[in-house]
Amino acid sequence: MTTIPATPSPATVAPVTKDPTPPPGPRRRLAARFAGGTGSRWFPYVLVFPLALVLFGYVVQPMFATFAESVGVDGVENYGSFLTSDGVARSSLVTSLVISAASVLLCGIVGVAMAFLLKRFSFPGRKLIEAIILVPAALPPLIGAISFQLLYSETGILPRGLQQLFGAENPVLPFSGIAGVLVVHTFTMYPYFYLSASAALGGMDPSVEEAAYNLGAGRVRVWRTVLLPMLTPALVSASLLVFMTSLASYTAPLLFGVDQTMTMQIYINRTNGDLPMASTYASVLGVVSVLFLLGMRWYEGRRSYRSQSKGVAAHRREITNPLGKWLALAASLLATAVLLAPVATIALVAFSEDGSWTTEVIPAQYTMQNFVTIFSEPRAFQPILNSLQMSLIATVACVVVGVLIAYAVRRLNFRGRGLLDVAVMLAWALPGTVVAINLISAFSTGNAFSFGQVLIGTFWIMPLAYFVRFLPLVFRSSSATLAQIDPSLEEAARNLGASWWRAFGTVTLRLMLPGVLAGALLAFVHGVGEFVASVLIYTSQTAPISVEINNRMYSFEVGTAAAYGMLQVVLIFVVMVVSGRLEGGRRSSREAARWTA
Amino acid sequence: MIDVTLESVSKRFARGGDTAAVDDVDITIAAGEFFTLLGPSGCGKTTTLRMVAGFYFPTSGRIRFGAEDVTRRPPNKRDTGMVFQNYALFPHMSVAQNVAYGLKIRKVNRAESRRRVEEALGQVHLGGYGDRRIDELSGGQQQRVALARALVIRPKTLLLDEPLSNLDAKLREETRTEIRRIQKEAGTTGIYVTHDQAEAMAMSDRIAVMQSGRVQQIGAPQEIYHRPATSFVARFIGRSNVLTLPVLAGTAQTVTVGLPGGGEIVVPAPADHGLSQGETALVSVRPEHIGLTATTEPGALPGRVTELEFTGMATNLVVDTAGEQVQVAAVDVPAGITVGDQVGLRLNRERMWVVRP
Repeated sequence: MTTIPATPSPATVAPVTKDPTPPPGPRRRLAARFAGGTGSRWFPYVLVFPLALVLFGYVVQPMFATFAESVGVDGVENYGSFLTSDGVARSSLVTSLVISAASVLLCGIVGVAMAFLLKRFSFPGRKLIEAIILVPAALPPLIGAISFQLLYSETGILPRGLQQLFGAENPVLPFSGIAGVLVVHTFTMYPYFYLSASAALGGMDPSVEEAAYNLGAGRVRVWRTVLLPMLTPALVSASLLVFMTSLASYTAPLLFGVDQTMTMQIYINRTNGDLPMASTYASVLGVVSVLFLLGMRWYEGRRSYRSQSKGVAAHRREITNPLGKWLALAASLLATAVLLAPVATIALVAFSEDGSWTTEVIPAQYTMQNFVTIFSEPRAFQPILNSLQMSLIATVACVVVGVLIAYAVRRLNFRGRGLLDVAVMLAWALPGTVVAINLISAFSTGNAFSFGQVLIGTFWIMPLAYFVRFLPLVFRSSSATLAQIDPSLEEAARNLGASWWRAFGTVTLRLMLPGVLAGALLAFVHGVGEFVASVLIYTSQTAPISVEINNRMYSFEVGTAAAYGMLQVVLIFVVMVVSGRLEGGRRSSREAARWTA
Repeated sequence: MIDVTLESVSKRFARGGDTAAVDDVDITIAAGEFFTLLGPSGCGKTTTLRMVAGFYFPTSGRIRFGAEDVTRRPPNKRDTGMVFQNYALFPHMSVAQNVAYGLKIRKVNRAESRRRVEEALGQVHLGGYGDRRIDELSGGQQQRVALARALVIRPKTLLLDEPLSNLDAKLREETRTEIRRIQKEAGTTGIYVTHDQAEAMAMSDRIAVMQSGRVQQIGAPQEIYHRPATSFVARFIGRSNVLTLPVLAGTAQTVTVGLPGGGEIVVPAPADHGLSQGETALVSVRPEHIGLTATTEPGALPGRVTELEFTGMATNLVVDTAGEQVQVAAVDVPAGITVGDQVGLRLNRERMWVVRP
């Protein structure tokens, strides 16, 4: 990695005899060792050891604790229940897998179709749709699921609206159960396909397609033999991602009442006090997720088709026939309505009077009271305070640890670098429910990593869970920025006499800042919206916003719940705008990097 | 092998406003000829080639392959073989699969296809590379796979869009001879696009020099070099002094012009020059066609050296004659000449040429 020699080579050493300073004492020698910075043989380990300890203590060790818990009492029986054909365990596993496979299929169809339409055609409304296409997926998981329930379930706005329109006896086209879960998954996860397929389509050298036409292939044949095969890597990795995310999905089955999924069973067993069985589910789900993670890394390392083209603009086909134009416009409007409906629903309901909405299509009475309540009632304001505080603590920890790990993995050369990388990604691959169970298993008694304290039932378990879940976000965004920065910039600073710390601080960290900040904001927003892990480990004093939303929904205070939801939504959009600015800044620093390269 | 005709072809892009990317171009390319479209970037040469390939349809005008009108025929029905600037090889196929792609579409049977792929790869010196993946090849090898893929279908015309621009200088020179040889062997009509005038001169039977969407001149390399039609062509191909001189008299094949320091010279001109006394003429004279002599020699143009640069093969000078800055490339420079010296210039009358603006 670094080209600075560990010890100066004879050729570059000035004659020592002319040096007026006395030979260094033992203390100075120690200082010199660290001043050697990245060049010192020691340095990577001094930096990496505490990082490795953190990852082991809060990510890896809790996983083993969960496994120990699952085999401690009735281990054989716990795992055996996955093999017997009539048990809940086996049917939960099968249901989870089936839902995930169906989600992959649906998201694939929607995502690829959207990418193809938006990247290859030009029609009225295209820019608007491109701008809002990620809106449903940006909602926090609980609020997302709730908005779809309010829209499409049996008591939802659309089925009731259609019922009234057609004068039918029952709500028309309601989604419930597994179908409901699939609707939520499709709307919130198709961006994985959309983003990777549109990146692949956009990065594809148009002349490759032209070469196929030139050799005599027709439109269908070009699709079959050139475009689809070249999209395959993007589609496979998107499929793996959607499958993993669906397996980890918890709020959608919760709200649509699908009890027999892995995540729901973890929650149910935990609340029934059967921690060993919950741990068994968590272990099985954890192993499957880790297998997918490893599969993904293997596959991504294996093939990718980089475009060799230099700035050849991909051509878009203009829709010219008038009928097509009108159809495209109508479809654009419909798509816009569908994409914005979830946010609009939450906003509408936030102003409705609690308990006033029973059988009407939309709420009948409106009020500002919900917002007044959540800000003025101390008991109602507490969850907001909790969420902000816990998320902030977790974010600070994520930044410190995430930036250093990113630096270590990208820039330092040491044994076990790959392991460090995998440990961070492990935290990303584990479903939130599994993370919660892991922490419960590890810290329901004191151990070395909790300084002998029991963390369960305390405040600290919450920020810790957020830290584990969102560390990968900061890591990934820091590491991506770091990859854009030429290592020779840091070497130049060192060459001009800066110590390692100074070079890192004034050059590398400074240039990383936009990426780090973007990652930190993302982690913070996710922390404020966190529900999946929180619901398993909160206490009445530490209940975050999302748990409060869930509780209000149960006591039919839908308006107040939606008001809390609006807070999260507003926060997310503010952060999205700020990140967009940062993204612009990052582009200019990349521009600068190109000039200096 | 087939001749290609462009009849007053124009192309305007929807977003290009009023300016035409290609403006009323007439070109006839003979069967088996190696024809080059040469010009600076943005001159319309690639647009012209893409209209021949069928990726763009002309806004007006016709394109014919032989007697057939192909103006609005889709690219996959034209039977042209194209080599793209960035090669456009299919990254998910092996070398052999890439080359066989066009044969498969033409339903050539497997044994025949294998034989022809081997033959094509042999032709570009890549025999035995069939099973390689594309990303295992160097740039030069990829370039040759692209050539084999275009040639193996035995196209009526071979279209090459700056195929050498991604190669380094030495490889570029080797490959251009190679392309020329293979095109002649295959007996196909070749249309080549480049902005590199040396490449165009070395390879082409004929060249069309383009600027701002218009054809400035069509001709053999020697003709374009020695008899440039316009001042743009004179300056774009090699280097040239284009002097603005008063016309003293004009005949069918010559123009008599006055020189800056006094005196006059009779210069060859195109038959249709139409210049007469009192007008000014643009006269192109290349730096290597000007000799240095003593100021005292009769007929020499007196001047003062303002710049001097020794390049080994020749010495490049800029000489000020009555306010006109003249570039001179002299193989023999009298010893001791430096900036500020007075010298005489001897113009090679036979090599001068009257050009249009």
